[in-house]
Amino acid sequence: MTGTGADMTEFLPVILPLVWAAILALAVFLYVLLGGYDLGLGVLFPLAPSDKDRDAMMGSVAPFWDGNETWLVLGGGGLLAAFPLAYSVMLPALYLPIILMLIGLILRGVAFEFRFKSERYRWMWDMAFSLGSVLAALMQGAIMGAFVQGFAVTDNKFSGGAFDWLTPFSVLTAAALLSGYVLLSAGWLIMKADEALREWAYGIAYTALVAVATFIVIFSLWTPFLHPEIAARWFKPANMVMLSPVPLVTVASVVALWMQLNRRRRYTPFLLATVLFLLCYTGLAVSLFPYIIPPNITIWQAAAAPDSQLFMLYGAIPILPIILGYTAYSYYVLWDTTGHDAYH
Amino acid sequence: MSELDPLLLSRIQFAFTISFHILFPSFTIGLAAWLVVLEALWLKTGKAIYMDVARHWTKIFAVSFGMGVVSGVVLSYEFGTNWSELSRRGGNVIGPLMSYEVLTAFFLEAGFLGIMLFGWKRVPRWVHFFATCMVALGTAISAFWILSANSWMQTPVGFRVADDGVLHVTDWWQVIFNPSFPYRFAHMVAAAYLTTAFIVAGIGAWYVLRNRSVPHGRIMLGMGLSLLVWLAPLQLVIGDLHGLNTRLHQPAKIAALEAHWETQRRAPLILFALPDPKAETNHYELAIPALGSLILTHEWDGEIRGLKSFPPEDRPNPIIPFFAFRIMVGIGLIMIAVGVIGSILWLRGRLYTSRWFLSVLVWVSPLGFLAVLAGWFVAEVGRQPWTVYGVLRTADAVSPVPGGSVLASLILFVLVYGIVFGAGLYYIAKLVQRGPDETPPVPEKGEADLSHRPMAAAGNP
Repeated sequence: MTGTGADMTEFLPVILPLVWAAILALAVFLYVLLGGYDLGLGVLFPLAPSDKDRDAMMGSVAPFWDGNETWLVLGGGGLLAAFPLAYSVMLPALYLPIILMLIGLILRGVAFEFRFKSERYRWMWDMAFSLGSVLAALMQGAIMGAFVQGFAVTDNKFSGGAFDWLTPFSVLTAAALLSGYVLLSAGWLIMKADEALREWAYGIAYTALVAVATFIVIFSLWTPFLHPEIAARWFKPANMVMLSPVPLVTVASVVALWMQLNRRRRYTPFLLATVLFLLCYTGLAVSLFPYIIPPNITIWQAAAAPDSQLFMLYGAIPILPIILGYTAYSYYVLWDTTGHDAYH
Repeated sequence: MSELDPLLLSRIQFAFTISFHILFPSFTIGLAAWLVVLEALWLKTGKAIYMDVARHWTKIFAVSFGMGVVSGVVLSYEFGTNWSELSRRGGNVIGPLMSYEVLTAFFLEAGFLGIMLFGWKRVPRWVHFFATCMVALGTAISAFWILSANSWMQTPVGFRVADDGVLHVTDWWQVIFNPSFPYRFAHMVAAAYLTTAFIVAGIGAWYVLRNRSVPHGRIMLGMGLSLLVWLAPLQLVIGDLHGLNTRLHQPAKIAALEAHWETQRRAPLILFALPDPKAETNHYELAIPALGSLILTHEWDGEIRGLKSFPPEDRPNPIIPFFAFRIMVGIGLIMIAVGVIGSILWLRGRLYTSRWFLSVLVWVSPLGFLAVLAGWFVAEVGRQPWTVYGVLRTADAVSPVPGGSVLASLILFVLVYGIVFGAGLYYIAKLVQRGPDETPPVPEKGEADLSHRPMAAAGNP
């Protein structure tokens, strides 16, 4: 290793997009996990047994929703900074679902602030909270589906129509992500709620788990047929052996989660739901890598100038661990905030 | 008009969503800093009244901050949904600046806000104070990066344009500390502090007038006026320096905001006119000779370029910048007058009994927000037709999105923001009306919060 300038100029453009893809993948995963349980609560909100339970549900997430949402902002801002070409193709292609998601996030976000201030109009903010959450969750799912299917691109610009994103596949991914969020938030309530609400959450978790498992099977069968490359990747004999742990561990996690629910465990259901999300996420990454706009544009083609990616990395490397640290501290300090009677 | 123009609709939508958003940072930047001062006073003096005032305004802060967060998320996506060509070509430059905002500011705010709002009884006092400091620091850092990105688009330096039209950074230091940034940053932060001080003083005056929570009201009134009396005149100086800088880098903007068509020495200061871009002249002009040159160049016979010296396709339309500039400066002068008169009354011991002054203060107190909006309209309409000044035209920055989609999203934003803004104002008004709780700072054991929503601390005592 001579460490000359020439080495670096060849090395950086290869490695930096990989590093940034990893950082953004982490940000999006954290958002899906944290924003997921928090949107899921909004979906479950109108179904909750009592108004007291609704207070408890909202109270359990009120100190955190703002921080959770910040990972979504980092996902968007990071995509612009690290992969401007991908950002400039994807966002116009997803114009309507992104706007609808934002509208949903606004309605549910302000409901946190307004619900407890009003008495006469509380029902209105309850509705804003749950409808906004459902809308945001569905649109995120549709965005995910449309992203996997890919976009029409001509001369580095999106060249499709306003409703290209709306397909049977994306409708199904919308429903799938919604049920995944519900599973996460049931797991959250099992950790945090009092006994009566907890029992209700166990019931929800069973239903959500069945739905999630069904969707996983459907997508495992459907996704390979979207792009021939994906099928080739999963079904090439050499790869099949190497990749087989992903589906096997997924099946094991579903079974384990079911058993933990039967045993009325408090913390493992959320943990195993997280593992399920991580596995599906990994499966998706295996299918798509290295394309950021499948099936045309790779992370290297979409990457910002190495200098720009490097400049951001100087900040991200020291700052991200600190953020994770004080996020954890905030969860620790404010953990016990469901409202009525604390548990131990 | 059968074709909906996505460019015009995108401009209207961006103007609408960013105008709505900027109101909240303008308020929370100042408020967070003031809460730090209040909490420090409480820690230092041990007087519960500072704590009462801080807790009261923390509730107002929470509502404003929430609305700022949700309206801010929208903006970070609009760069792609509506201005994708700006993102594609300018992403190398503005992308990292905006990512640094998220990394250094958003997370700082979001991480410590929970402790600031819900942690009063859960963490030691110094940890709470630290959390408040971090939130305040976050709001200031956020302003730093956003204004750096905006200023770079106004006065772009430190980059080169590649063959494919994509911009590449050659010098980050130059990009971040670009020529207009120090002025714009100082001007905006001062504006945020002034806007907050005006509101705080106005609400303090309202309590004193109503003879309710009078000691608390006097603290608000006194602290608000103490800031106004020196910062409002200083803001005039900062604004003047900012203007000199703009004349250097964006002379067309100066010509537009002064409605000068001809290049001239001893240019007049136009007090009122109706600029007419078609006829390239002003109607009903009322002007003071030579004063324009003196203000803009600091010389009696300084030359000011007129709009006609720029090719028509490079000129901003002067109507909005001209009126917006006059509104902004007018409000600035009102602030100076209020600060000076209030301080004189205070020194003479007549502040709390001069009901006429307190009533005026109540009525003018929201004007800071109008001044902020007017200032941004000057800056943003005045830099047209460019998105990145001299490099990328607004018409070339827009996304390949059909006009119908943008019209749909614009209607949705207007409806939803209308409801959210109306409700937010209503709840803030209710908080103000309730007034500070005058309770001992540390509650009895067993009286723990029943709920931990931002508002709950306010709504359910």
